Amino acid sequence: MIQVNAMGDTCPIPVVKTKNAIRELNGSGIVETLVDNEIAVQNLTKMANQKGYGVKSEKLGENEFKVTMTVGDAAPVEEAEEEVLCAVPAKSRNVVVVISSAQMGVGNDELGTALMKGFIYALGQQDILPKTILFYNGGASISCQGSASLEDLKSMEAQGVEILTCGTCLNFYGLSEKLAVGGVTNMYVIAEKMTQADLIVKP
Amino acid sequence: MEDKIVFCKGGGCTAKLGAGVLSRVLERLPKGPADPNLLIGYDSKDDAAVYKVTDDLAIVQTLDFFPPMVEDPYTFGKIAATNALSDIYAMGGTVKTALNIVCFPEKMDLNILGEIMRGGSEKVIEAGGTLAGGHSIADSDVKYGLSVTGTVHPDNIYPNNQGQTGDALILTKRLGVGIICTANRVQEASEEAMNAAIASMTTLNKYAAEVCHDFTIHACTDVTGFSFLGHLHEMMDGKHSCVVYAEQVPVFKEALDYADEFLLTAAGQRNRNHTGPFVQFEGVSFAMQEVLFDPQTSGGLLIAVSKEEAATLLQRLRDVGLPANIVGEILEPSDVEIRVVNAKNK
Repeated sequence: MIQVNAMGDTCPIPVVKTKNAIRELNGSGIVETLVDNEIAVQNLTKMANQKGYGVKSEKLGENEFKVTMTVGDAAPVEEAEEEVLCAVPAKSRNVVVVISSAQMGVGNDELGTALMKGFIYALGQQDILPKTILFYNGGASISCQGSASLEDLKSMEAQGVEILTCGTCLNFYGLSEKLAVGGVTNMYVIAEKMTQADLIVKP
Repeated sequence: MEDKIVFCKGGGCTAKLGAGVLSRVLERLPKGPADPNLLIGYDSKDDAAVYKVTDDLAIVQTLDFFPPMVEDPYTFGKIAATNALSDIYAMGGTVKTALNIVCFPEKMDLNILGEIMRGGSEKVIEAGGTLAGGHSIADSDVKYGLSVTGTVHPDNIYPNNQGQTGDALILTKRLGVGIICTANRVQEASEEAMNAAIASMTTLNKYAAEVCHDFTIHACTDVTGFSFLGHLHEMMDGKHSCVVYAEQVPVFKEALDYADEFLLTAAGQRNRNHTGPFVQFEGVSFAMQEVLFDPQTSGGLLIAVSKEEAATLLQRLRDVGLPANIVGEILEPSDVEIRVVNAKNK
């Protein structure tokens, strides 16, 4: 495994350094790149997706992110997995956030909409991000075009948060073509994600 | 060499704040009583402010400055000035006066500042304007630009959002200068590519605008930091949709090559985050997508004009030496605001 420190580097330097490290691998292997901003995470993720490398990213702290790329058929090294688990055990908790409405709480809709936008922003700023965010019923509009939360959701997705929206709900509201972040899911997966969660957060 | 790297940290319009972040701040600003003579202010997301003085005279005001995106101070001055002057042309105006805006480290060689301002001054003269003063600040990094005042007849303003269904979209310069400058910063751009990008960035939009004055322009904007697609999105303004023919968009071939090497800017990714949800790509390569999201420094004009006038306008633009092309068409509003299609892949 090669570690690349691109803290303090502006784009495209993190990508250039990571490309050089991948070249050094001479085949398959793992490259870990440390960067200090989310846009660099997104640009690295974009490269990995284009190149067909495995990629995951995590937020290590305020302004510190780690992007791990798996090149070729090298399986993730188990020792490294354990290391991560030991260092930050809280990260292994399976937190699932459930968004079932476009508003947060019951009362005034305008206030509820503003609160939901604020909640999703604040969610993305947490040290420990959820593993999955599920959107269903009125919540389905939040992952679609025109939502004020897209930037926040995309940034979380780039850091490895799984974002899933109920397909039946998208169809019902005529939003199928407007999904702008994450994937479409079904009730079986929604039930599975919720029953397997260590903690369900429902604003 | 070390000194030069300090001079150029990756600037131009790639240094712009993201549109999303910016509008969040702007919409919270207190608004004083509305002045009916302010024809175009910042709430309309247009290129410059326009203030009506009399029924047949309005002033156009704009300012632009940024850090260097090239090594040579004189070239940087020319690019920064060309970029700042551009907003006047995008509004249909004529350049009158300009003020220098300078940030410069106290300890740096003053000859460098002289070279920057010489480049800027030459472009103001070429624009037919007069340098009338300026303001300078001691700062850790170099930044330069202009505050420009122009005039326009209030009936002949080019808004950026009044395109009509059926209009042809014309772009007057090639895209990809942001990616080329970024590749140059990590020594991966060819000299030819960099020279071509510099030639484009130092070409005043004056020549395109002068041609436009003989036509009925429905909408016009200059393509800068928010990228071709970002400025096109502003032009649609929620009132129209459009189709873009990817293979007709003028681009620097090398920019596509460097995009495939992932020599991408942070600003380009911010543009993708902001405008991406409004865009649907159909058979468009990754590299071309990146070029369409690439922040342009001193980019060309994006013009909406009736189909009937488009062919003649295009010919006239090419006659003055511009690599212009018809790049798309404005349509009725639709679920997908901007469709980018590639006819070659169909």
